[in-house]
Amino acid sequence: MRIEEHPVLNFERGEKVSFFFNGQEVEAYPTETIAAALHALGVRKLGESPELHRPRGLFCAIGNCSSCFMTVDDEPNMRVCVIKVKPGMRVEEQHGKGVICL
Amino acid sequence: MLINDGIPTKDDLDKIYPSPERLAKGPVAIVECFQEIPCNPCIKACKQGAITMPRDINDLPLVDVELCNGCGLCISRCPGLAIFVVDKTYSEDMALVKLPFEYVPIPKAGQYAVALDRAGQDLGWCEVKKVISGGKKNMTYTISLAVPQEKAMEVRNIRVGGYKDGN
Amino acid sequence: MNQVEIMVIGGGPAGLCAALAASSLGAKVLIAERDDIAGGQLVKQTHKFFGSEKQYAGDRGIQIGQMLLDNAQADPNIEIWTDSTVLGIYEDGIVTVEHEGAHAKIKPERIIIATGAAEKFLSFPGNDLPGIYGAGAVQTLMNVAGVKPAQSVLMVGAGNIGLIVSYQLKQAGVEVSAVIEGLPTIGGYLVHASKIQRAGIPVLTRHTILEAYGDGKVEGAVIAEINEKWQPIPGTEQKIPCDAICLAVGLSPLTELAWQAGCEMAYIRELSGHVPIVDDYLETTRPGIYCAGDVSGIEEASSAMVEGRLAGISAAASLGFGKEQVEELQKAAMSELDELRAGPMGAHIRLGLEKVAAKGGSKICS
Repeated sequence: MRIEEHPVLNFERGEKVSFFFNGQEVEAYPTETIAAALHALGVRKLGESPELHRPRGLFCAIGNCSSCFMTVDDEPNMRVCVIKVKPGMRVEEQHGKGVICL
Repeated sequence: MLINDGIPTKDDLDKIYPSPERLAKGPVAIVECFQEIPCNPCIKACKQGAITMPRDINDLPLVDVELCNGCGLCISRCPGLAIFVVDKTYSEDMALVKLPFEYVPIPKAGQYAVALDRAGQDLGWCEVKKVISGGKKNMTYTISLAVPQEKAMEVRNIRVGGYKDGN
Repeated sequence: MNQVEIMVIGGGPAGLCAALAASSLGAKVLIAERDDIAGGQLVKQTHKFFGSEKQYAGDRGIQIGQMLLDNAQADPNIEIWTDSTVLGIYEDGIVTVEHEGAHAKIKPERIIIATGAAEKFLSFPGNDLPGIYGAGAVQTLMNVAGVKPAQSVLMVGAGNIGLIVSYQLKQAGVEVSAVIEGLPTIGGYLVHASKIQRAGIPVLTRHTILEAYGDGKVEGAVIAEINEKWQPIPGTEQKIPCDAICLAVGLSPLTELAWQAGCEMAYIRELSGHVPIVDDYLETTRPGIYCAGDVSGIEEASSAMVEGRLAGISAAASLGFGKEQVEELQKAAMSELDELRAGPMGAHIRLGLEKVAAKGGSKICS
């Protein structure tokens, strides 16, 4: 859920754009990171631990901790807490350690 | 205890309360700042020069209650939101409590809000008498509440939202 | 290869102040910032800062951050690289940076490391469930993105960050069920604790989290009172339903670059971990490399700003800038630091700095 009224802050979000989460078209603001956009959509699980397959969510939100690794436009291990939403972007839950296609 | 839960005890408060004689003269600032932290904007906020720190910015603020006229300018300037003004001369049975407020929605003058004590406990409905914006940069509101005389030293906040237009 | 006079790594309060101070003496500065905007953690600090006027006390962190950033952006001596992660500092003084997706090499004459800190974690069953956040993440979601992190939050830790973020959650319309703290006393400023108590958020010292529960995401926590030996007291367990648990259990200095550059390091508990040994002017044991802010010991943003200024002046001075003003500027910064650390809340910092001095550095209060 987004904050609409705040005693100190004003959120200027611009126009909504759409991107794909696990193949489904969803909407978000381009000022938001992928993690924030998914959060606003109620998505808490961003991936799984590579070996025990335990659900993984956001932890640090500043690109430090690796908890939010997802596959973005076919590139795995992307820190979605620091990558902004772009129209048409394909964001997927990552399973396993991810393979980089060279 | 204050150090265990953040709620000042009677002993803490007795140290900083103005005398009953001073309270009987009119509005006065009550600075509920009990810990030596490096902070001093209250000194500059006071146009009367009533707030001082003798040594350095780590001192507890001292209020000269004779110089303080209870104007309340310091309320929205304290970064710790620890300053209140109490006016026991407001009317025979009601006192006025001015407190800092940084939530939304902001109540309007004439509305009623639930008064809260230092532990966030309900002290009953009270009328909001005045709402002053701290301005575009400061953004802290100062809210004046009419409360029963015996609750003047207890009311320190209001519940956010659910304001009523009449009692 | 880019030649620069002073390279500042990290564009937070320490880094921005370092760059502005060095530039004011005439040095040319490059700031490398990992995020897409400089300002560090100031961009999410909606509360008013403490300290004195010299550290912009009374202004909100976001306002201070914007002011520093505006000044740096308007300064012709300062270049800011955003989206730029410094990867290494090598023996020959070359700094490598991932800049706009490409690999760049910089040859600075002086380096100021102002990389800040990372949040600590806590061990308990269920601590990897989605819905368990660092306090900084909660601030980022609420105050930068404007997204509510949850409906109801349990805060773990009653230091300044735990108390302030609890208040900010309440301001954003999120319920905070309680703030729990293992220590017997509140570690943060008591005015912050009083502020949230009167908003109806209980602060429970001598309490710990036993576990987080939930099916695929946080649905609640079990907390309990603990005794003097930090053992849970049987029978005091209680379930706290919540959809997020926020950890505010301290910060660790982000010292990877200082380690890799070969700066001498020491574990100083009072400064929250391994820190580089620095002298009075914040120069590390590797000549030409300075450290400022949380990277050399966890403190408040106000002291980080003054440390940044001191490191900026000192680095510029060592290149021959600002000759006659330097000593006075350094003294002023040092006396501000002394003042910020002089009270009881600065006692552990003073102790930590004494230990740094004993290790051969001398970043110490007079």
